[in-house]
Amino acid sequence: MAGVQVANVSRSFGAHRALDNVSIDFADGGFYALLGPSGSGKTTLLRQIAGFDFPDAGRIAIGGEGVERVPVEKRRIGMVFQNYALFPNMSVADNIAFGLSVRGEPKATIATEVQRALDLVQLGKLGARRPHQLSGGQRQRVALARAIVTKPRVLLLDEPLGALDKALRVDMQIELKRIQREIGITTIFVTHDQEEALTMSDRIGILRDGRLVQEGPPEEIYDRPQSEFAATFLGDANIFRGHVTGNGIRLPDGTTIAAASGSSLTAGAKANCAVRPERIQISTGTARPDSGNANTLKGQVSKRIFAGNNSTYFVECDWQTLKVIVQNTGAERLAEGEPVMLSWSPESTVLIAAS
Amino acid sequence: MVDQLATGSRRGLRPALPLLLPAYLWLTVAIFLPLSAMMFFSFMTDLPLAGKEWAFTLGNYAAFFSQSLYSTLLFASLRLGLEVTLWCVVIGYPAAYVLAKVLKGRSREAIFLLVILPFWSNGLVRIFSWAMVLREGGILDTALNAVLPFKINIDLMYSYPAVIIGLVHSYVPYMVLTCYLTLQAIDDSLIEAGRSLGASRLQVLKRVIIPLSMPGLIAGAALIFVPVVGSFMEPRILGGRTGTFYGTIIEDQFVAVFNWPLGAALSFILLAVVLIILALAAPVLRRAS
Ligand SMILES: Nc1ncnc2c1ncn2[C@@H]1O[C@H](COP(=O)(O)OP(=O)(O)OP(=O)(O)O)[C@@H](O)[C@H]1O
Ligand SMILES: [Mg+2]
Repeated sequence: MAGVQVANVSRSFGAHRALDNVSIDFADGGFYALLGPSGSGKTTLLRQIAGFDFPDAGRIAIGGEGVERVPVEKRRIGMVFQNYALFPNMSVADNIAFGLSVRGEPKATIATEVQRALDLVQLGKLGARRPHQLSGGQRQRVALARAIVTKPRVLLLDEPLGALDKALRVDMQIELKRIQREIGITTIFVTHDQEEALTMSDRIGILRDGRLVQEGPPEEIYDRPQSEFAATFLGDANIFRGHVTGNGIRLPDGTTIAAASGSSLTAGAKANCAVRPERIQISTGTARPDSGNANTLKGQVSKRIFAGNNSTYFVECDWQTLKVIVQNTGAERLAEGEPVMLSWSPESTVLIAAS
Repeated sequence: MVDQLATGSRRGLRPALPLLLPAYLWLTVAIFLPLSAMMFFSFMTDLPLAGKEWAFTLGNYAAFFSQSLYSTLLFASLRLGLEVTLWCVVIGYPAAYVLAKVLKGRSREAIFLLVILPFWSNGLVRIFSWAMVLREGGILDTALNAVLPFKINIDLMYSYPAVIIGLVHSYVPYMVLTCYLTLQAIDDSLIEAGRSLGASRLQVLKRVIIPLSMPGLIAGAALIFVPVVGSFMEPRILGGRTGTFYGTIIEDQFVAVFNWPLGAALSFILLAVVLIILALAAPVLRRAS
């Protein structure tokens, strides 16, 4: 096992900068999710680490050893492709055996290792099948077994669950996480599903237009996004736009929104505040709620979307519509058109520089 | 269940019959009828032309077995077919690989055009161009002597290598095209997967790419081997005296000696031998792919 260090890596295709000075430290044994919209450079970054493509500038090290000049086959990585990339001319067992067999391992070792890998991904009896005789989820497992049977230092996964339906996806997420814990391998996981990134990983890196926007543990990125992009891409957020005053901002109409203290923005500068929809409390009537929250706004329910365990309210305030998510506690639901008061604490409010 | 499937497929074929009819009609007229006529001729003593006497005989087939010349030439032709096919694999497969996996966009189109250009040129023009290149004092001889400091004599004309060169040039596009099609269908991620598992480029080629492109190699080999075994134009023009093969003997029967029955019988023997070879090779090749 080994960690991976990516330092100041850039890669351009013609005039297009697919990666722009990206630096990430992937901890040994960690599960790291690379998240970003389509075309943000996730696959490109993964390919630099794997060695399918080479950076124009910057350094990449696996286990402390620089790999810029090391070809793919010598990097000892395991890769799972979005389309599985199983060899159609080989049985499932031969697919898994491939890496051991090109290395020249003895037949007996290969057989036991392959069986162990098949058992690990719970496909014990399907070794003799051909890839085209498997379901999508089973192919995914074979691809995973094939990638880890060689005991690679790093496991790279490029949207491995993208082709699966929702239920199977959740099953595979749990499975993947279990296997990763069991063998303790450094894992870099590309996805553009934010929920997947949040539930599975120890750390998340958000990419946008080839740049690393923010990186850290999921809780930190969710609770303290450093940009409007990070706030809205990972989870949902209400964004207020105004100018810095004290620890918060003043909106164009004079209302102030208080944020948690500790901001380094200079007073008067353009800035935004972000509030997660589930952090806002909603109460009927026009009186100030007694929750003691410093931020309050008057509004009117314009729409309600019921989603079983919660409801999303769209509340029309003077100048913008806010989204509020309320857990389904059995309390009376608000009707559309009802006047409401919204309130939330400064601690739930993140001040971010205007982009 | 099986019955249902069977009736299902029969029902599926019926609407297709009117669509298939023109093709079958054409096959009947263009191939089956002339071939039957030839089959008929091959059992005759002479052509029924100008009121000549004729009778049924097996003599034309017997001639093949009584004279060792025919079987010797057949073996020479089979060897020629094998050699040309091998050269076409050696030249055509790497070319197809480069076309399908290395080149992109414009350069791919340009090289592709160069590869299939011989297809579009007239066969005779192609062969006589080679004659100009290969003969003593020809283009190759002159060019080599112009760059080399010592004097060499290149006269490949009227030799076995000349026949091979001419045939390979004529038939290599088949191999390039069939291999290109199968190679292009191989997803690049399979190659990358192989490499990520620790296989070198060569190992990936051997274990993944060649097995997956076997159908193209086999199709190309069959498309080349069969006509080369019966070829007569290249051997005659580029081979001269050394260019006597089974195909040229058959041609002689039709255009020089006017012994059509013998020519027809020799052709059918060739057809039978080629079919037997393909049938014997089929299980081996099926396992290989
Ligand atoms: N080989 C290439 N040649 C030219 N441009 C490329 C190449 N590979 C990637 N790009 C460009 O680089 C950018 C980043 O691509 P990349 O595949 O890394 O995106 P991604 O984040 O993986 O997106 P997705 O979520 O859609 O897979 C894209 O704009 C893409 O068009
Ligand atoms: Mg991608």
